[in-house]
Amino acid sequence: MTAIPHAADRPGPAQRTEALESLLLERGLIDPKVIDGLINRYVNDVGPMNGAKVVAKAWSDPEYKARLMEDGTKAIGEFGFAGPQGEFIRVVENSASVHNVVVCTLCSCYPWPVLGLPPAWYKDPAYRARIVREPRTVLAEMGLTLSPKTEVKVWDSSSEVRYFVLPERPAGTAQMTEEELAAIVTRDAMVGVGVVHA
Amino acid sequence: MDGIHDMGGMQGWGRVSIDPNEPVFAEPWEAKAFAFGALSARLSGGNLDAMRHAIDRQHPYDYLVDGYYGRWLGCVETQLVDTGVLASGAVEARARKLRGENVTEPAATEPHKPDYQPTAGGSLRTIESEPRFKVGDPVRAKTSANAGHSRLPRYTRGHTGTVVTIQPAQVLPDTHAHFVAENAQHVYAVSFPSTVLWGPDAEDFTLTIDMYDDYLEPA
Repeated sequence: MTAIPHAADRPGPAQRTEALESLLLERGLIDPKVIDGLINRYVNDVGPMNGAKVVAKAWSDPEYKARLMEDGTKAIGEFGFAGPQGEFIRVVENSASVHNVVVCTLCSCYPWPVLGLPPAWYKDPAYRARIVREPRTVLAEMGLTLSPKTEVKVWDSSSEVRYFVLPERPAGTAQMTEEELAAIVTRDAMVGVGVVHA
Repeated sequence: MDGIHDMGGMQGWGRVSIDPNEPVFAEPWEAKAFAFGALSARLSGGNLDAMRHAIDRQHPYDYLVDGYYGRWLGCVETQLVDTGVLASGAVEARARKLRGENVTEPAATEPHKPDYQPTAGGSLRTIESEPRFKVGDPVRAKTSANAGHSRLPRYTRGHTGTVVTIQPAQVLPDTHAHFVAENAQHVYAVSFPSTVLWGPDAEDFTLTIDMYDDYLEPA
């Protein structure tokens, strides 16, 4: 029969991580400065604030938006946003009639250069399993109830193409600057589980 | 392989909820596990597809219980043990030793990294051949996936969809993960109506997924 594949007193992940680090350091295979640099980069420098700048510019500059829809990777690169999990980024646009939402059912592929590392819900088996089967129900649970008239498009990121959602610009924001717009754009709206509110 | 990782369409998971204040890493070990994972291809002489396959090969129990960064930790160990950089059981033995247990650590092994060099960085490639399918073509996903690494989810298999975009050509994860060949080929975004995947009572939506040429046949 199926059994838990470990001794009951197996060291937990924190202890095993410390052990792995100790083994790699002992063999001279890792540089603590590189490890700290990587962690610092994804805690402080790469995150949804990057994507928010892209969205705000696309809302403010029609020529930029055209470039973004034509070649997402290149237009995003104009901000200097590039790197792992951003080899090819395709932008899909939400509107009053179409709602796009992104998932990776097989792991948790996510456009790191614009959104950083994925949040817990994106990696949750419940999201990965259900959003490709009952997206309207899942979105409603997450706080976004869509009209039955809204066309729903779900994108499963199974190759190295990464999908990035350009949310709909909310009404009442015509006077806002790019910087002000970037401040209201949320991570969840750029994955397609939310919308942006003014 | 038909593993626990292939979750699309599985039922019984319960609700999805958002914690708006979650930190990037919930605990310090997660940050370290992420960094080791990000470096794991370099440490083991592998590649991104081999890393994903190492995640997919975690025991189903561990896959669910360990969580995302626990899986990263597991996949780093798997890749390092596979290539002899670490001995099997070395991590657990060291962890026990660090917490004061009297354990004998396994003897160091001789690394045997794969004899593999990518033809270029990343996964995108330029290929000469014309795409086998064009936008608008009906295509059917194959009914089974390779025993080794695959990116063909169960929920799409055997179903007929429509090519909506020709994506950039890419290395084939199935062979690349095993260091057999890059097998660069065309990739197509294929759309399926929800009713094709889930029956006549399905919610109304369209599912689009990227399919490597090897995964498709004409419909």
